[in-house]
Amino acid sequence: MSPSATAALTAKATNGLRHCGNLFALALDVLRTVPRRPFQAREFIQQAWFVASVTILPTALVSIPFGAVISLQIGSLTRQLGAQSFTGAASVLAVLREASPIVTALLIAGAGGSAICADLGARKIREEIDAMEVLGIDPVHRLVVPRVLATMAVSVLLNGLVSVVGVAGGYFFNVVLQHGTPGAYLASFTALAQLPDLYAAELKALVFGAIAAIVAAYKGLNARGGPKGVGDAVNQSVVITFMLLFVTNFVMTAVYFQIVPQKGG
Amino acid sequence: MGVEIRVEGLTKSFGHQVIWQDVSLTLPAGEISVMLGPSGTGKSVFLKTLVGLLRPDRGSVLIQGQDVSRLREHALYEIRKLFGVLFQDGALFGSMSLYDNIAFPLREHTRKPESEIRRIVLEKMDMVGLIGAEGKLPGEISGGMRKRAGLARALVLDPEIILFDEPDSGLDPVRVAYLNQLIVDLNAQIDATFLIVTHDIASARQVPDNIGLLFRRELVMFGPREQLLTSDEPVVGQFLNGRMQGPIGMAEEKDAAQVEQELAELDAGRHTGPRGGKGASGEGVVPRLLPSPGITRSPRWQAIAEREEMAALRARVADHARSRRSARDAAEEVD
Ligand SMILES: Nc1ncnc2c1ncn2[C@@H]1O[C@H](COP(=O)(O)OP(=O)(O)OP(=O)(O)O)[C@@H](O)[C@H]1O
Ligand SMILES: [Mg+2]
Repeated sequence: MSPSATAALTAKATNGLRHCGNLFALALDVLRTVPRRPFQAREFIQQAWFVASVTILPTALVSIPFGAVISLQIGSLTRQLGAQSFTGAASVLAVLREASPIVTALLIAGAGGSAICADLGARKIREEIDAMEVLGIDPVHRLVVPRVLATMAVSVLLNGLVSVVGVAGGYFFNVVLQHGTPGAYLASFTALAQLPDLYAAELKALVFGAIAAIVAAYKGLNARGGPKGVGDAVNQSVVITFMLLFVTNFVMTAVYFQIVPQKGG
Repeated sequence: MGVEIRVEGLTKSFGHQVIWQDVSLTLPAGEISVMLGPSGTGKSVFLKTLVGLLRPDRGSVLIQGQDVSRLREHALYEIRKLFGVLFQDGALFGSMSLYDNIAFPLREHTRKPESEIRRIVLEKMDMVGLIGAEGKLPGEISGGMRKRAGLARALVLDPEIILFDEPDSGLDPVRVAYLNQLIVDLNAQIDATFLIVTHDIASARQVPDNIGLLFRRELVMFGPREQLLTSDEPVVGQFLNGRMQGPIGMAEEKDAAQVEQELAELDAGRHTGPRGGKGASGEGVVPRLLPSPGITRSPRWQAIAEREEMAALRARVADHARSRRSARDAAEEVD
């Protein structure tokens, strides 16, 4: 490799590391600022409402086919294995443990995070953020913390919604379309699934919400170069959030299996 | 009382691009200073460095014994309460009405009741001529109105230091006149320290105590108004006359040979091309703009007014003597 290419690569790498560090610094800053009074209740409620309004409908619409696909897959798999009596349990397990956090992650990052990033990015390039700082107001306290908390709350809510809609969708497809027996479906619910599954999923959703909002805020607050810069920031924020969320999901799932004993094992 | 700002050896760069280096100046407490400079020389960057929005590479900005460029986040937010800043584009909060924008600092930093806030906000809106537009969103008003609303917001907390980034851009000449009078009146009333970035030479000649000029990554000059207005630096002359001939080019710098040639042309009295844009009608000291008659003048302004009166008197005497002399000369010729 030529020296200049190496130099360019090193520059890229250090740049990446620096962004990583700054992102982490913002996360710590948010953590430190959460307890600061006065709590921005108005902003929190507005943002929660806003994030919910851009995510709920798509979430419901995505989770129905998602639940259906899972239940189709599992329905035919259990039939092949001769374990139809576990269809309900397996669907619930799949929806609760994996489908709902993933769907939540997709929508929180894709719809919620991108909206937050665009909003903050537009404010940044119009110098509103600078003006706020000059007026002696910390944008992290005033804008970022309420958004992070709101996204976390909505994310937990969405996860619940996906679980319910997914399970209901699964029931519909299994019982109505694949002619399973309702009794067996419902009876097997608790055979494999357990309450900690739900807790773990909600915890995942909470963490996903935090990550999505912090990345969106970071990218938004560092937008530069006019409207195109905001577009780029939104794009990057969504991509980065997806990657982070899938990695986090994997890690949290692995940890979950280590610490929570599984039923029927 | 205003607060002094002492800038020492300030240098700022973005990546490899040096914006300016080794800038040292003192904005005296309670005085009005103007910063001039071709577009893109980093005047806005300088203002942002003064309030700690940008960190310089080297140097210090001293306010009340504290170095703004090295303050921790928390202390920075404290010291910013001294400032009122008008950004180049107004920087209003797009989601709030003009009224809420102007009330914002009061609501955040004071415990005043809403009736008191209303009184102050309406007073400031009246001052900048925006009564009737309270409910409008920033997106629904003209650029000049945005500017004036930003001005009202910058003034609402009675700041000790007021930084204006091109307050006159986007305003019509009449509004510029009102604005200049407003700045002088404000200075006489609240004694704050003003720094105004502007391209309007006519305002720069009448309004300030001090003028500075940024060019070629350096502070070419900073000092009393008279010093810059009578300077024979080629850049200053070019700027005050709004000429094309001189060191400043379209892309900031010209090549040395061409500058050399153009300056020789000027020395020979050959002016070419347009001139006089943005009130740049030449060098020389002009009478200072004084506070409106109704305003009670601080000792500082009394002294300035007396000095101006003396200068006017001297000018009249000189004028009189000159006309007498020419009348005598004419009479002698007839003889
Ligand atoms: N955040 C930033 N990152 C990188 N470069 C910047 C940044 N802000 C300003 N610059 C650069 O600094 C230089 C000076 O910009 P600045 O806005 O201060 O000019 P100015 O003197 O205010 O010009 P004008 O009179 O047109 O307002 C420009 O070349 C600009 O590209
Ligand atoms: Mg500028």
